[in-house]
Amino acid sequence: MPEIEILSPGPRTMVQDTGFRGGRAQGVPRGGVLDRDSLFLLNALLGNPEGTEALELALVAPALRVRGGKVRVATGGNLQGRVTRESDEEVLRLLRPWTATTLAEGEVLRLDPPLGGGTALLGIAGGIEVPRVLESRSTFLKAGFGGLEGRVLRKGDRLRVGSPGPAAGAEDLTFAAPPAPASGPIRVVPGPQDAHFTQAAHACLQGADYTVTPMTDRMGMRLEGPALEHRPECGADIISDGIAPGAIQVPGNGQPIVLLSDAQTTGGYAKIATVISADLSRLGRMVPGDRLRFAAVTRDEAEAIARTHRESLARIAAQTVAVGPALPEGRLDLRTLYEANLISGIIDVSRTDHFPGHLETPSPQEG
Amino acid sequence: MDILSIRPLGDTALTLELAPGPGAAASALVARACEALDHARTSGQLPGLEEVAGAFRSVTLYYDPLLTGQEALLGLVHPLLKDTDAGEGGAGRAWSLPCLFDEEVAPDLAELPATLGISREALIDGMTAAPLSVHALGFLPGLPFMGDLAPELGLPRRTEPRARVPAGSVAIANRQCVIYPWESPGGWHILGRCPVPLFDIAWARPALLASGDLVHLRPVDRAAFDALAERARAGELDPDEFRTDGQPHA
Repeated sequence: MPEIEILSPGPRTMVQDTGFRGGRAQGVPRGGVLDRDSLFLLNALLGNPEGTEALELALVAPALRVRGGKVRVATGGNLQGRVTRESDEEVLRLLRPWTATTLAEGEVLRLDPPLGGGTALLGIAGGIEVPRVLESRSTFLKAGFGGLEGRVLRKGDRLRVGSPGPAAGAEDLTFAAPPAPASGPIRVVPGPQDAHFTQAAHACLQGADYTVTPMTDRMGMRLEGPALEHRPECGADIISDGIAPGAIQVPGNGQPIVLLSDAQTTGGYAKIATVISADLSRLGRMVPGDRLRFAAVTRDEAEAIARTHRESLARIAAQTVAVGPALPEGRLDLRTLYEANLISGIIDVSRTDHFPGHLETPSPQEG
Repeated sequence: MDILSIRPLGDTALTLELAPGPGAAASALVARACEALDHARTSGQLPGLEEVAGAFRSVTLYYDPLLTGQEALLGLVHPLLKDTDAGEGGAGRAWSLPCLFDEEVAPDLAELPATLGISREALIDGMTAAPLSVHALGFLPGLPFMGDLAPELGLPRRTEPRARVPAGSVAIANRQCVIYPWESPGGWHILGRCPVPLFDIAWARPALLASGDLVHLRPVDRAAFDALAERARAGELDPDEFRTDGQPHA
């Protein structure tokens, strides 16, 4: 069975999937990846069953070596890197965002830090063979369980790779139309404690800019902006009740905290609104300094948006195209020469960075 | 039982309030509701419902919006809870958990009697005379919020939370008692230490306690505590030893 050996781990690389099942009544959060949309797309690109675990990384990306066979991997939309031979730095080929590629035994994948910062995902065909707890392979650092020994990956770790499905493919693949960068406000459903807040607070939540602060991690994202006032007769404290990822709790200082994957399961601060599931992955990709706005939708609208959002992801997932290996300068092949001669105005389907949504992504060849 | 209010928690969860305030009666009600809803879920009567979790006076239903919606769920949950007996007693289990009350492991035990204006004996009696009801699990996996303590044991949290509260610490604030399953930051007043592990991911149900359970804290001396702690370290402590209602732990 092939293995992935971690040559350099990066500070926060760990195994995550869609999270734990049946743990919330026991104080275990849902957990799992911050960016569920990207996990869905990567698994589709690799022919994996939905919900297969991936490596979630942050800030500094790892370098890993393939041992004992081939391993097929895929980069998320903000991840790129290069493939080198076992012991030298010579670049064999480049790996662009949203690309599935097969790494031969002994090849080394050196990933760049996630584009734009934040977290990124590296998908693996067949997934990673770590024990399941609460029906999940997610890592929960706070309590030290799940994933690989309940911890972030370290230099020298070896991850056993599962058997890829029959749909895994062999050539380099990308999406014909990768997801466009999301824009517009982050949508929320008011509640559960919307009545604890003044009219002004609701107006503020739906009009003002909020900035992501550095006090942001897998548990939650502290925002900074105009204070959201509690009604004097209600105050910030409630009898603690259930929390779901996306819930916006507001402590006494009026500065909202959006709770994320690893948030505690119950909380004692009033929650003015809850980010809808379709927009939660966008939050997971944000970094300190990013600005955002909220807009309210009804519960029924949010449920309808969840369904159309999944349909749009499924459409993206259904259209994949083969791409030739991206070779570094001086190592051109015929396909690269052909592409280089394409007249302007024709979209080159083999280059993901020629699609809307990747215009902001500099080609590794230019950088 | 009746649903007092329905609060949407985005498009993946909703919270149903079942009692006006927290307390042993509310916890028992919530435990019964959770049991009924979980039974209906596992027998396929509530498609799309993923999880049910109770807290203090409410129950939160977590669902998949691709498979169901709040309207459809409520249509099924309303009659189900209507037919669920509000009952008198709790559905929970009974436990007797050893606790060492000693300044060496409990940094706030020395000053708490003066702060509360009661004797040290009255404090420990107040903690151990009657069982506490588990109102919710949260903050950390397996951490029980238990209450209600007598009014004379009530005080707010520490103004300066500690960066490190050792695992097993028994602590009080706001007329409630918690036991920290792991070392963690914490702002409650530490008055004892419990040697019994409260969470083990290897157990079929990793959390020892559940909402609605009754927990009787039993004072032990240093020698008994050390012996239990040693057995816990060696993995030889069977949590079922501490059940007092004769039923084994899941």
